[in-house]
Amino acid sequence: MINSTSFLIVLRFILLVLLQVLVFNKLNFFGYINPLIYILFLYWYPIKQNRTTFIILCFFLGLFVDIFSDTLAINAAATITIAYLRPTIMRFVFGVNYEFQSFKLNNSTKAQQFTFLALLIIIHHLVYFTLEIFSFSNSLLILQKTVIVGISTLILGMLFSTLFSSKKE
Amino acid sequence: MQQIINFLIRYKIFLLYLFLLLISFIFTFQSHSYHQSKFLNSSNYISGSIYSFSDNITSYFGLRDENNRLVEENKRLRDKLFNNILLEPSKIDSTTIDYEIIRGRVINNSYADQRNYITINKGKNDSIFQDMGVITDKGILGIIENTSGKFATVQSILSDKSNINAKIKNSNHFGSLVWENTTDYNVVQLIDIPRLVPLTIGDTIVTGAMSSIFPEDIPIGTIKRFDLDNSKSFYFIDVELFNDMTNIGNVYIIKNLNRKEVLELEAETEANDQ
Repeated sequence: MINSTSFLIVLRFILLVLLQVLVFNKLNFFGYINPLIYILFLYWYPIKQNRTTFIILCFFLGLFVDIFSDTLAINAAATITIAYLRPTIMRFVFGVNYEFQSFKLNNSTKAQQFTFLALLIIIHHLVYFTLEIFSFSNSLLILQKTVIVGISTLILGMLFSTLFSSKKE
Repeated sequence: MQQIINFLIRYKIFLLYLFLLLISFIFTFQSHSYHQSKFLNSSNYISGSIYSFSDNITSYFGLRDENNRLVEENKRLRDKLFNNILLEPSKIDSTTIDYEIIRGRVINNSYADQRNYITINKGKNDSIFQDMGVITDKGILGIIENTSGKFATVQSILSDKSNINAKIKNSNHFGSLVWENTTDYNVVQLIDIPRLVPLTIGDTIVTGAMSSIFPEDIPIGTIKRFDLDNSKSFYFIDVELFNDMTNIGNVYIIKNLNRKEVLELEAETEANDQ
């Protein structure tokens, strides 16, 4: 059982990195909209897992995307930030009951899933574009990019999560 | 002691986060100087192979356009040949040429970031090294930044670190080519042209002779709009590129055989000056 979970995580890791760098980094919708779809990894990651492993995995996830897209270590920094904040966000969105053994993402309401993903995306994109642009004189550009790219990531993220979610009984 | 260990165990997640964040910041900020970090770039073996695999598949979709461009270029070169603009063939041998041209292919391109990099399928094994110029048949593209055995990354002119010597065609007024409005990938900016230079919209901008990377007179683009900058003594010129930066296939890498000599001479002069 544990092996099949780990296998799924590794598979997801590789597929999401490839999907990001080979498809979504080349999208350039309206010139600059490249959805950062790889953060779905953090959305799908099992809840009851060791947090240390989780953060380290997320660091490498970001770093691999960085290496492919020549963005230094910006993706890595943004990804570990949401990896670290994930339990806080989950407590905020799902209330205390996410700590129960029986809690599953699929059992929560659509609105909760949406808020969870949206919060992950907003924080991630804010850190990402702040580091990428790195000047406060351009804070309007940072916000503009965060909002527009964030919306595109959110739409695609919801589509993907619906497409690949396991069926409810 | 016990308390310190307790503290460490209690906050180990937070400390791990800080540690990893520090690592990523080091990777990010060590490269704010001119050159990018040595191994965090897409010219390494794994990403290079994956990109060239994906290029092998996707390059078929653009073959017709690519052929048209090559035919167009051949036509231009033939025009020159028949009009005897080129030197006599017998004069061209390895002691008289200044530049060597190597052809390559773009396997990954980006133009939507603040600093854009292009990956090409030639590297050290093809004697490509840092600071060589890269052009296409239409104009200038960028400068080689990192190389591995089989691949190299090119710092595109669409990068806020890019700074290239350029001038107005048929004159010697030169300035620096930079990318300041980093949202428009068709337009770069030419700065430091004095205000007494007569300018017209549509004038051609080419590379200048000050650079030891590019030969003189490589086309860059045309003047789209110009205005005086804050100091009111220099122009701030928007240059529309000849190259469509979103659609690049075959490129030429220019190796300046005299570069080492020029740099040594300049360093020597500067050293004597002090």
